[in-house]
Amino acid sequence: MSRIELKNIDKFYGNNHVLRNINLTIEDGDFMTLLGPSGCGKTTTLRVVSGLEKPQNGIMTIDGVEMINADDAYYAEPSKRGLNLVFQSYALWPHMTVYNNISFGLKIQKMSHDEIDRRVMDSLRMMRIDMYKDRYPTELSGGQQQRVAIARAVASSPKLLLLDEPLSNLDAKLRIDMRSELQRLHKELGTTIIYVTHDQVEALTMSTKIALFKAGELNQVATPMELYNNPIDLEAADFIGNPRINLVPGKAEMKGGQLVVKSELGGHTFAAEYLTNEQKPSSGEFDCVLAVRPEQILISREPVEGALPVTVYASQPAGSETIVTLKAGEDEFLSKEIGQAHYDIDQKVWAIIDQDKINVYNKETTRLIKRAV
Amino acid sequence: MSNAVTVTKERPPRKKLTARRLKNLILNVLKNPFNMVVLVSLIVLFCLIVIPLLTMIKSTFTLAQGELRRVDGKVGDFTLYYWQYMLMSNMSKAVLWEPLLHSFVCGFFTTLISVPLGSVLAWLMIRTDLPGKKVLGILITVPYMIPSWTKAIAWLAVFRTPTSGANGFLTGMGIPIPDWLAYGPTAIVLCMSMHYYAFSYIQVSGALRSINSELEEMGEIQGANKAQILRYITLPLILPSVLSALVMTVSKSIGTYGVAANLGNRIGYYTLATRMRVYIDQGPRGVGYAMSIVLVGLAALILMSNQRAIGVRKSYATVGGKGGRSTLMPLGAAKKPMMAFLAVFLFLAMVMPFFVLIMETFQITTGAGYGPENLTLYNWIGEAGEAEKYTNYAGIFRNPEFFSALWNTVRLTIITSLITAFCGQFLGYISSRGRGKWYGNLTEQLVFVPYLMSGVAFSTMYFSMFSVPHFGGLIPSLYGTFTLIVLTSVVKHFPFASRSGTANMLSISVELEEAADIAGASFWKRMATIIVPLAKNGFISGLMLVFISIAKELDLIIIMMTPTTRTMSYLAFTYSQEGYAQMSDAISVCVLLFILFCYIFANKVAGADIGKSW
Repeated sequence: MSRIELKNIDKFYGNNHVLRNINLTIEDGDFMTLLGPSGCGKTTTLRVVSGLEKPQNGIMTIDGVEMINADDAYYAEPSKRGLNLVFQSYALWPHMTVYNNISFGLKIQKMSHDEIDRRVMDSLRMMRIDMYKDRYPTELSGGQQQRVAIARAVASSPKLLLLDEPLSNLDAKLRIDMRSELQRLHKELGTTIIYVTHDQVEALTMSTKIALFKAGELNQVATPMELYNNPIDLEAADFIGNPRINLVPGKAEMKGGQLVVKSELGGHTFAAEYLTNEQKPSSGEFDCVLAVRPEQILISREPVEGALPVTVYASQPAGSETIVTLKAGEDEFLSKEIGQAHYDIDQKVWAIIDQDKINVYNKETTRLIKRAV
Repeated sequence: MSNAVTVTKERPPRKKLTARRLKNLILNVLKNPFNMVVLVSLIVLFCLIVIPLLTMIKSTFTLAQGELRRVDGKVGDFTLYYWQYMLMSNMSKAVLWEPLLHSFVCGFFTTLISVPLGSVLAWLMIRTDLPGKKVLGILITVPYMIPSWTKAIAWLAVFRTPTSGANGFLTGMGIPIPDWLAYGPTAIVLCMSMHYYAFSYIQVSGALRSINSELEEMGEIQGANKAQILRYITLPLILPSVLSALVMTVSKSIGTYGVAANLGNRIGYYTLATRMRVYIDQGPRGVGYAMSIVLVGLAALILMSNQRAIGVRKSYATVGGKGGRSTLMPLGAAKKPMMAFLAVFLFLAMVMPFFVLIMETFQITTGAGYGPENLTLYNWIGEAGEAEKYTNYAGIFRNPEFFSALWNTVRLTIITSLITAFCGQFLGYISSRGRGKWYGNLTEQLVFVPYLMSGVAFSTMYFSMFSVPHFGGLIPSLYGTFTLIVLTSVVKHFPFASRSGTANMLSISVELEEAADIAGASFWKRMATIIVPLAKNGFISGLMLVFISIAKELDLIIIMMTPTTRTMSYLAFTYSQEGYAQMSDAISVCVLLFILFCYIFANKVAGADIGKSW
């Protein structure tokens, strides 16, 4: 168990600035997910933490012990950091059996034979692959190899477990199985985990906290639900959520400390307590973007007080849910209804939107100016 | 998109150098054995490649003992004598310009024949429905396993004329063979073509194999006929491979020694490589070294123009590598003529010369037919004195010179290939792990230098470097030692060995090492437990390929031969020059058997692919 602190980390490859001033604290026992599209620096951050990459700037401590101090050119060796890593490619040694793959690191630590055996078998049993201990990696399926890679990483009881897109090579069904497996593992071991993925579902379902990356910078660090409910900017809003969030252009103005917004969704007035500290014009009208999650839009077939009259543009029933494309004036937006529903094309319906759940962004800065509650 | 983020090129920050930082920087370098390994390798490469080259260049400007009676000054003075002698004296036509012209003529015509020949053979074998491909495929690559100088000896067995003392097979049958066919440029060009077509064959068949046949099928769907598909789709795709085979053929054939010496020297037809040897042997050596520099420069020029011309485009030679399935082109009515063409080719290039070569070892008089009165085992097991009218030597199996040469050959190939293959893996490790870093690039470039030099030019360089002691005896004179031959062979094979080593190391993912690093394994532990076990197979197949290549070698080591260090190749060459054709043939046959045995062993035991050996 450990607490990791990254301060002002900068990483260059040649003249390419790939990590920009990363500041991140991972609390003891956290399941921290580094999330972002490919090439945004999340794997590099993980490799910096592991010691496989040396950043040119910054300080990293684990449990208060300095592991990186770029000013002093001090970098603790990977094996001295009390962590272990699961590679995206698994990196199982093809010339060693499953048992030897797992015992390799323990042997290097010069543990007793009995202790090694106990640990290897414990981790194999925990990943439910003890029957494969004498096989070679090539004789295992992708999912089994994945389990071996995790077993190898946990056998040394690391204080910190790093996982680099571990599920990306598995098929959809196995991925869901492994998600619950990893969650259970986190609970059982109580280890701090740093998990890299570009899959928002993995991030939202497993993490206790998510660090969202954008082009080498940290964009937002929050709990999964906070990230989902209040993405810090338009890009984050667009990245998180499936089907994607509805973005509707509008005009906004500050009046008496309140935010007054007009758009195709109608007129809204938001109290000061819901507004963020982000920069916005204090007077005069400015462009804004309203964001509403599809599941926050309810459809009524009858006229309702305060609801927005719209027409059905298309309807896609998918068994467990129905996604309806609605049209208000020139703007289209999606509604997600749980269960099966049928709407005719061009049918007239009423959209009920809870104004508390609306996010408002300043179009110029793209930052969140009104939170959902 | 936020406008706050712009991906700009920036420099990493410069840090203030504090005592702690300095200490850690030094520790970071020292504590990582990899850095030390790289440092040592670079120093060794520098000593083995850069310094000899500079030494040779320097010696062309330094006055030597032998020239004192012609030039004023004392030994060690700076002089332009050698270059003037080569470039501007009344000798320069005979020294440089004529041999240079001969080299170009031989190189040009060899390329003209061997590249189309090899390409067409490759196309027939890979893309058409020719029957019996498996057998044909092996037969076509056999000539490549045979050293080019044995081809020259086989050529002599067939075409020899009384000009060089004895009849060949054809003159013996009463067919008059003119000297211009038996010796000189025609013979050299044809012999080299029969060897170097293999370059084009191997390169082009590799490219053809990697082309997805769907690309050609798409052309067919678009309505192109077979000729159009060949012209507009297949040819452009393999063009880079053809061009690189072409360049390789040109640069190799210009620098070849063995063939040109066997077929040219007796009628006074010299190429740059053979002329150079004369000067190295008989002096002034400085002139020989200067000629060698000319050869190196030529090869460098050719290879660099190749890289400039097709370096970038070469990448698409492997495009469409997915194509495991490939549809063959039916030859239809052309099948029979094509088969006939192949049969004639194989008969002329392989069967006949080697039949004649082998038979000649049993003949008393060459070219006098195969009647019982002319057959003997003397050349193999005869005792000296038994046949004084033919020769002064005993049959090769009773001749201690032969066994000494056999022992030298085996010893040289085993020691050299072991060292070379090991160094190759090592250098390959450095270049693969240092991809895109300065030390990786530098290693790759240094290792590539011996590739630029023909065998004779390269050994000349080593000869000039090590025939005198250096650094006050720190590097002793290795003149005439077996060590020098081993050293030369090892370094000359660096490019090829390190390329196979790099490919081998690239196939071992860096992550496998990183995983061990995280598990706490030190550099040497990682080497022993991860890299060595995984590199084992690649190492063995690399070893076998180097082994075969060294067993064939004549050009490289000919300059360094002394009576105690002779190899079989050299012995065969000497006997041939002295007119003992049958003995020379017998030794050639032994070399052939040795190589074939090694090849079969390599192929069966280590799964080595001869196509990867250059």
